[in-house]
Amino acid sequence: MATRTILVDYLARVEGEGALDIEVHDGRVTSARLRIFEPPRFFEAFLRGRGYAETPDLVARICGICPIAYQMSAVHAIENAFGVTVSGQLRALRRLIYCGEWIESHALHIVMLHAPDFLGFPDGIRMASEQGDAVRNGLALKKTGNALMRLMGGREIHPVNVKTGGFYRVPSRAELEPIGESLERARALAVGLVRWVSSFPFPDYERDYEFVALRHPDEYPFNEGRLVSNRGIDIDIADYETEFEERQVAHSTALHALTRRRGAYLVGPLARYALNFDRLPASVQALARGAGLPPVCKNPFQSIIVRALEIVYACEEALKLIAAYEPPECAAVTVMPRAGTGFGCTEAPRGLLWHRYEFAPDGTIERARIVPPTSQNQPSIEADLAAVASMILDQPDDVIRARCEQAIRNYDPCISCSAHFLKLSVRRT
Amino acid sequence: MSERRHPRLAVWKFASCDGCQLSLLDCEDELLTLASVIEIANFPEASRAVAPGPYDLSLVEGSITTEHDAERIRMVRAQSRHLVTIGACATAGGIQTLKNFADVNAFIAAVYASPQYIATLSTSTPISAHVPVDYELQGCPVNKVQLIEVISAFLAGRKPSIAAHSVCVECKQHGTVCVMVQGMPCLGPVTHAGCGAICPSFRRGCYGCYGPMETPNTTALAREWQALGAAPRDISRAFRTFYAAAEPFRKESVVHADITHDDITNGDQDDPG
Repeated sequence: MATRTILVDYLARVEGEGALDIEVHDGRVTSARLRIFEPPRFFEAFLRGRGYAETPDLVARICGICPIAYQMSAVHAIENAFGVTVSGQLRALRRLIYCGEWIESHALHIVMLHAPDFLGFPDGIRMASEQGDAVRNGLALKKTGNALMRLMGGREIHPVNVKTGGFYRVPSRAELEPIGESLERARALAVGLVRWVSSFPFPDYERDYEFVALRHPDEYPFNEGRLVSNRGIDIDIADYETEFEERQVAHSTALHALTRRRGAYLVGPLARYALNFDRLPASVQALARGAGLPPVCKNPFQSIIVRALEIVYACEEALKLIAAYEPPECAAVTVMPRAGTGFGCTEAPRGLLWHRYEFAPDGTIERARIVPPTSQNQPSIEADLAAVASMILDQPDDVIRARCEQAIRNYDPCISCSAHFLKLSVRRT
Repeated sequence: MSERRHPRLAVWKFASCDGCQLSLLDCEDELLTLASVIEIANFPEASRAVAPGPYDLSLVEGSITTEHDAERIRMVRAQSRHLVTIGACATAGGIQTLKNFADVNAFIAAVYASPQYIATLSTSTPISAHVPVDYELQGCPVNKVQLIEVISAFLAGRKPSIAAHSVCVECKQHGTVCVMVQGMPCLGPVTHAGCGAICPSFRRGCYGCYGPMETPNTTALAREWQALGAAPRDISRAFRTFYAAAEPFRKESVVHADITHDDITNGDQDDPG
């Protein structure tokens, strides 16, 4: 029996450290494991004993790419525990800053991290030698997302303006208006991006995922909604633990989340899109059809198209929110801490991010539980790897390695969130 | 006629959120120009192409929290002509130093059902605790304009021009009205400048994410906080956040600490599932 070993020192163009082991027996993939060995940072432990007001600033530090996702899930959970509702223009501003994060994160991932896989470049910078316009446009898009983050939050990474109950300071109309022009240009660039990425060569691969995402009565989801799946899950976010569980596995510092009844599931752009296509504006639906993308897409490599569509959506939504903006009288509603448990769940660019906090009467955190998107997707990533590798076992090691890395990057995994470098070894016996 | 060799840059990650190296990719207007004058030889967050050392400049993000990483930083130092740390984690241990104040085994048990699989040191330490460092750029996250300045300076063989005064000076430069005179506790008087005094411009006190300035008078500031009604516990927590292990902040946090290890780590363990 032939034994073959493929090693990759680490997976590039993701956030975090990990490794990949693929075992092949008699020409069949028998196991594919994504090992995450990112050093644990113990957020859930040191949040204990901290005050609720500090929480948005603390949890932002879990991830430099999607700090708003962490801040939003946290403030919603805190408000849920204290019986506070944030509505009207404050709620609209929360959607607005989330638009900024979707634009910058998706643009970074598509152009600098993922597109190079499809076009055979090691990175976005080298890709610029042949795809100069695409890279420059991608960077311009990212810059607009970051400008929106800066305007609303003070800075792109770890914004300072998100507060329980609303914001520390809300913008004036005059402050918001100038970014409208950039967002109009960004929307046009994003439409071009949808066309560019939909022309990429996609591996002929589909899997029948259980998609899980938030679903809101009338919005494409950011901050609120019920937890739904295409296999019948339709629950309040507070009931997450009744349907889902996290398991620790020996090969990873990231916990694996699974549905209790069926196992692996998928969160992120493909799931949001499949479960909420009807919530997209007609313009974005038409763009999707024009790109040849069905309302339910099961090819994970095409997640890059969905991300581009979501940038168009985020630009349109941001423009709409800015046009309708009237500065609220108060930057935040009053928050009175009390003992209790609160739940928050929002759509990070890479998928569902669920938080639960238990508070003492003075608003001090007694227990915290944070389930990041990459933990949830990890079992699904491993299933994709086994399937994707199986299809090309006759190919040279370099080809298998590149395809597996690309399959992992379909998920835009934030390994720092879930617990960085990826080692790939394929053992064939 | 030989072409001049481009200086070779490497970017490394240890325990961190990736935000500081992301700051390099956030230089949307400068990134392609930068890449035309330096060779990005090792930057796994951005590229699959990883060229072996030696490197002219290594930028290091993150703190040392595992034995493996303590080994790895010595390897990075050995391959690097200049080594610059970027951000709070690399310069002071970062937010993960909060475990330095607690029983690490209780921390592991609080997060993981099977603690035996988790390899971690009982402390998070800055890079300078392990290897000599040529320059430390502060911030959680670093300021990208300063980051470009530091890279340019090292490549040009000069000293980076980074101000060492407090956040207060930045507020004055921007004409931001002092939030402390409005009754809000602020860490600005003892915090290293560099962020542009963002928080006061958003009508909140500075939370110290650029760490201690040179020779900060934390005692005097804590007294002002008390006068504004801050409880010792609030003062301790304020100093014990993003630069919890930086000596002036650590010391001041201990003075006011009424929180004990038990407060941080007690409570039932999460259901192992």
